[in-house]
Amino acid sequence: MVKLKIGIPRSLFYYYYKDIWENFFDRIDVELVISPKTNKKIMDDAIKYSNDEMCLSLKNYIGHVSYLKDKCDYILIPRIDNYGTDNQTCTNFLAAFDIINNIFDVKILNYNINLNKKETEENGLINIGLRMGYSIKYLKKIYKNALKKAEEKRLSLIRKNIKKLESEKIKILILGHPYNLYDELFGKQIIKILEKNNIEIIYSDLFHSDITNKLSERLSYNLYWKYNKENIGCIPLVEDKVNGIIFLSSFPCGPDSLVNELVIRKIKLPYLNLVLDDLDSMTGVETRIESFIDILEGMNNNV
Amino acid sequence: MSKKIVSFPMLGNYSVPIKYFLSHILDCKILEPLKITSKTIELGNCNSPEFVCTPFKFTLGTYIEDLKRGANVLFQAGGGCRYGYYFELQDKILKDLGYDFKYINLVTKGDQDLKKIYQDLKELNPHLKVDKVLYYGIITKTMIKYMDKCDDYIRQNIGFEVVKGSFEKINKKMLEEFSKVKNIFKLRKIYKKYYKEMKKVKTNKPKETLRVGIIGELYTIMEPFANYYLERELASYNIEIKRYTNVHYLLFEKKRTVKKYLKYAKEYIKYRMGADAADNIGRCKYLCTHNYDGIIHIKSAFCTPEIGAMPIINKICKEYDVPVIFFSFDANTSETGIKTRIEAFYDMIEMRKKNERMLSRN
Repeated sequence: MVKLKIGIPRSLFYYYYKDIWENFFDRIDVELVISPKTNKKIMDDAIKYSNDEMCLSLKNYIGHVSYLKDKCDYILIPRIDNYGTDNQTCTNFLAAFDIINNIFDVKILNYNINLNKKETEENGLINIGLRMGYSIKYLKKIYKNALKKAEEKRLSLIRKNIKKLESEKIKILILGHPYNLYDELFGKQIIKILEKNNIEIIYSDLFHSDITNKLSERLSYNLYWKYNKENIGCIPLVEDKVNGIIFLSSFPCGPDSLVNELVIRKIKLPYLNLVLDDLDSMTGVETRIESFIDILEGMNNNV
Repeated sequence: MSKKIVSFPMLGNYSVPIKYFLSHILDCKILEPLKITSKTIELGNCNSPEFVCTPFKFTLGTYIEDLKRGANVLFQAGGGCRYGYYFELQDKILKDLGYDFKYINLVTKGDQDLKKIYQDLKELNPHLKVDKVLYYGIITKTMIKYMDKCDDYIRQNIGFEVVKGSFEKINKKMLEEFSKVKNIFKLRKIYKKYYKEMKKVKTNKPKETLRVGIIGELYTIMEPFANYYLERELASYNIEIKRYTNVHYLLFEKKRTVKKYLKYAKEYIKYRMGADAADNIGRCKYLCTHNYDGIIHIKSAFCTPEIGAMPIINKICKEYDVPVIFFSFDANTSETGIKTRIEAFYDMIEMRKKNERMLSRN
């Protein structure tokens, strides 16, 4: 029998749930097709199929789906409504499923996360497994295992990230959503530039999220976006250990436009606000980063 | 702080009921915001972050003007998108500009916290009583309902009035009397009187008119300056307008109807998409299936939920073969460009209508 092929676009949700998905579907008899790292072709497709005002990350997602559309039987697209009323997500996470469903003629595996209505990720994934004929007991067990493995991996990454804070080099906190930070065409380019200049990079998403979630209240008491909370929550943690902060957001990100502005007005550290759009050239960005590093080095030497 | 002077953001004609409500429950002076002008937008624009949506800039501009005129308590509401987060940043921006004021937000952490709102109001007026709030709340609710009903009637007929400006005159008079009303029976009387008067206004409506539905983001739809008086422009082409979003809908009907819309357009959408996006998709299907000649979708620039809805609306309109035009309003949108586009859109739908008639005659 031919294995069922499930496609996962390497964008948006992937960076939050990849470990859980990979471990979960590993134990079910399906083949995972993960789209490649973002390349020129994918971005071209993205611009072709998407609406010109959509945010860069959603465009990127659409590009990845268009790569997968004839290479698999189903595409996995969850919908995240909220993790409780004060832990909501950007409306693009609410709408991604319906947008893809209307733009492309593909079959979609979908589950909804809405903790206000007790719809959890576990139930969603188990429902998918049930449709393939597995027993609830087995599915619960493998979900638990997947969660455990994913957490272990994340913990080791967090430990590494925190250890970097003790480094002697110039340290920069790079603050952004993981789907921007780790994307080959956006964040990775910036990280490469930083590494070339011998900078220690601290990632904003690699901290214990329950701690950062609470700490974010120090900067913004009315914030209700889960991912932004976890991003800015690490600033109070590392404030006196890093030399500067780079805010990385995609154009025109709704939550970031407000939250980053507020945070920038409140912090005292040197910062660089980078907004990425679908222009090809990274040269302008490189110049800005290099001059930012020069400033940090100057400040460091003066002290 | 000496005497408290309360102000709130501008939203079309709705400043009348808001002022009415606040002036009766609070023991302070109410400062009605000025009509939005290009100066307001400039003020808001230069103090806002770069790619925030336009209502942020508009309301911020109004606040700065109000604070300059002496207000020291500001109100802000919230909604299902980033609208709910506006106030914290606006608070910070205005304080950074050096103004001293109290900011009351009706939304905390993405949810309405009635207890907190009550406490905030109590601080403004220590003699506040719940029954008084409820009493005037009901009057205000009915007032908004009547206003919206009149607005609907005006919108359908204003393009065909014989004496230009007669509807607007009546509406203005009605709002003036609304603002002085004492109890709910009086309110009803005034409404009936003026509604009759509106029906008496002479119109020369032909049997078959062009009908256009307006859907889109709520602030841009409701604040006439935000869409450069789009409705007035359409009326001058003798187009009958159908518009859904109004305050009464948002406050009292949305929760129920959104489920209906989801069911109605279930072949296109499965979930709510934030703010009014799902509603607009449902309305779009309704307009397409009920013989409307065209759909106008308006939104402020960078409105994320509506941007998500746009490809779906496009698809529906393609399937039913109904023309649709998208307008995105920003702080520096030019009025002339919009006029040209409306003109072209009007020419196109009129031509289609003519062709249709010819075909049916043959």
